[in-house]
Amino acid sequence: MSGNLTKASETSRRPRGWGRAAAAAFFLTPGLIALIVLAIVPMILMLTYMFFPRGRFGGVVYEFTLENFERLSDPLYLGVIGDSFVIAGTVTLLALLIGYPAAYAIAQLPPRWKTIALLAIMLPFWTNFLIRIYAWIVLLSGPGLVNGALTGIGLIDEPLDLLYNEGTIVLGLLYGYLSLMILPIYSAVEKLDPRLREASANLGASPARTFFSVTLPLTLPSALIGAVLVFVPSFGNYVVPELLGGGKAIMLGNMIRDQFLKARDWPFGATLSLVMIVITFILLIAQAVASRRVRNA
Amino acid sequence: MTLLSIEGVSRKFGDVVALDQVSLDIRQGEFFALLGPSGCGKTTLLRILAGFEWPDRGAVRLDGADLLRQPPHRRPVNLMFQSYALFPHMTVARNVAYGLEREGLPKDEIRTRVGEVLEKVGLDTMAGRRPGQLSGGQQQRVALARAIVKRPRMLLLDEPLSALDKKVRAEMQLELKRLQHEVGITFVVVTHDQEEAMSLADRIAVMDNGRIEQIDAPIALYDRPRTRFVADFIGANNLFTGTVTATGFEVPGLGPLPCKPDLPNGLAVLAVRPERVRLGEPGRGAADGTVVDVSFFGGVSHIAVDVPGHDRKVLAATQGPARIAPGAPVGLFWNPDDAVLVPA
Repeated sequence: MSGNLTKASETSRRPRGWGRAAAAAFFLTPGLIALIVLAIVPMILMLTYMFFPRGRFGGVVYEFTLENFERLSDPLYLGVIGDSFVIAGTVTLLALLIGYPAAYAIAQLPPRWKTIALLAIMLPFWTNFLIRIYAWIVLLSGPGLVNGALTGIGLIDEPLDLLYNEGTIVLGLLYGYLSLMILPIYSAVEKLDPRLREASANLGASPARTFFSVTLPLTLPSALIGAVLVFVPSFGNYVVPELLGGGKAIMLGNMIRDQFLKARDWPFGATLSLVMIVITFILLIAQAVASRRVRNA
Repeated sequence: MTLLSIEGVSRKFGDVVALDQVSLDIRQGEFFALLGPSGCGKTTLLRILAGFEWPDRGAVRLDGADLLRQPPHRRPVNLMFQSYALFPHMTVARNVAYGLEREGLPKDEIRTRVGEVLEKVGLDTMAGRRPGQLSGGQQQRVALARAIVKRPRMLLLDEPLSALDKKVRAEMQLELKRLQHEVGITFVVVTHDQEEAMSLADRIAVMDNGRIEQIDAPIALYDRPRTRFVADFIGANNLFTGTVTATGFEVPGLGPLPCKPDLPNGLAVLAVRPERVRLGEPGRGAADGTVVDVSFFGGVSHIAVDVPGHDRKVLAATQGPARIAPGAPVGLFWNPDDAVLVPA
């Protein structure tokens, strides 16, 4: 009822008819133009390549075909898509397992330390992502810092193969996107009324029960947002597998790059891009639906 | 029979003394109120009872057992929060069932008890709603149902009516009292609203600055305040600061005032309720003054009298409209038995 009242009073304050449309157009136009020219049109152009075969020396031959979609069923490509899924899924799960407790702990800190902790999480963003990934190569390489330290204290005799495998990719992605998990969860835990936890304890719930019945359900929608924020850039990532994967393990992002730049097969590259866009979209919708169901559980 | 005994409980937050040597007993089945201005320590005391706060010193016993050693979720004490603290992701029924589920009761029993208590607070038709879809008064009743469904030894209520508008408030006041009779649980209500405390409670503890000023039944508290703070805080009062001597009570600038000098010689405050003050001919009463203001409240009128030598206006209350106009010289009269002397 109160919702209706608010709506009614808002409408009465707003300008009506043409004035309102003109105002909306005025404010929306710059953004819409930028979106259409810079994102939608290029994307549509690129996606139309999906329906054409590749020319003998690269380029596109404008004859309608669906063969690009048939190629998707090739185990080679399905494998890469599957691997990307597994890697991004692992990263997301680890980010959730590490990020939730971290966010929860930060939210309990005294205000001063809260600021310091949040700053520490944001700090790496002030350095270029590429440079930070290179730093991992320095750390993990054969004569690198980690191996040096381990041999130094006598834990190992020979340097370990820490670089250029799937584990390294997971590590790099986790490092890169963990904060995207922590921040939304932190803000949800922070906003949670402490009285709710007290009420739960007062009604006889142990701290663990309170966490699973009150804290977790009320912060889960934000954890889902965090999961999407981590999964999407991990799934389509190109820099991390390129640098830390050593070209051995490739992910969807690398494959798209290879199709466009190495194989000069723009049509198939476009098809793979569509796969990525569709998967991302499905995830976003799933997240929205799941959040709503959690809220109404 | 004593249900809860608080002995010498003190609590400091940094340099701020929230509770200073608080001792009181609460009896089985009574409606007890902790009354005081904000910051007097009443909420801290409530949180200690619920287990969200611990005293630096002192003991709290419930049914003779040390309450402070039990974690909050094991205490047979339920709290109705000022903000209600209903779980927004659960329906009304799930909110109310939450505490019973924690006891591991069979599902059938939980359903029956939830149904009963919702009926008792008049919300049986709202069982499937979420807290966000309820009005303030309805949320308050859910919070109450959620707390009493556990049948606690003691129910704590933190400013239970403060968030409600005046009309709903009066209704809920009656309802709280009826419920307390029906369920027979000991209620401890924390409030800064003296009308709320006076109308609800069997006994009231008035607190100020972390200390208990007086514990008494509402009428005794009103008629026989024992400290200056209580005399001033509860209801309206005319206060005269003076000295008790061998001959009586003497106020500088006003002379002797009628009262029973039942305090040892020294500084004291005389408190006379406005409704005990009668107006008459000047020159023959306790003091003389001039009427400065007359306000009519329907049932009663308040007459403010300016008395030379006294800095606060003296209030007199009469039944019905007052037949006196501002500017009139009057004498103030009261029965010595109606005036109360408290230590300064």
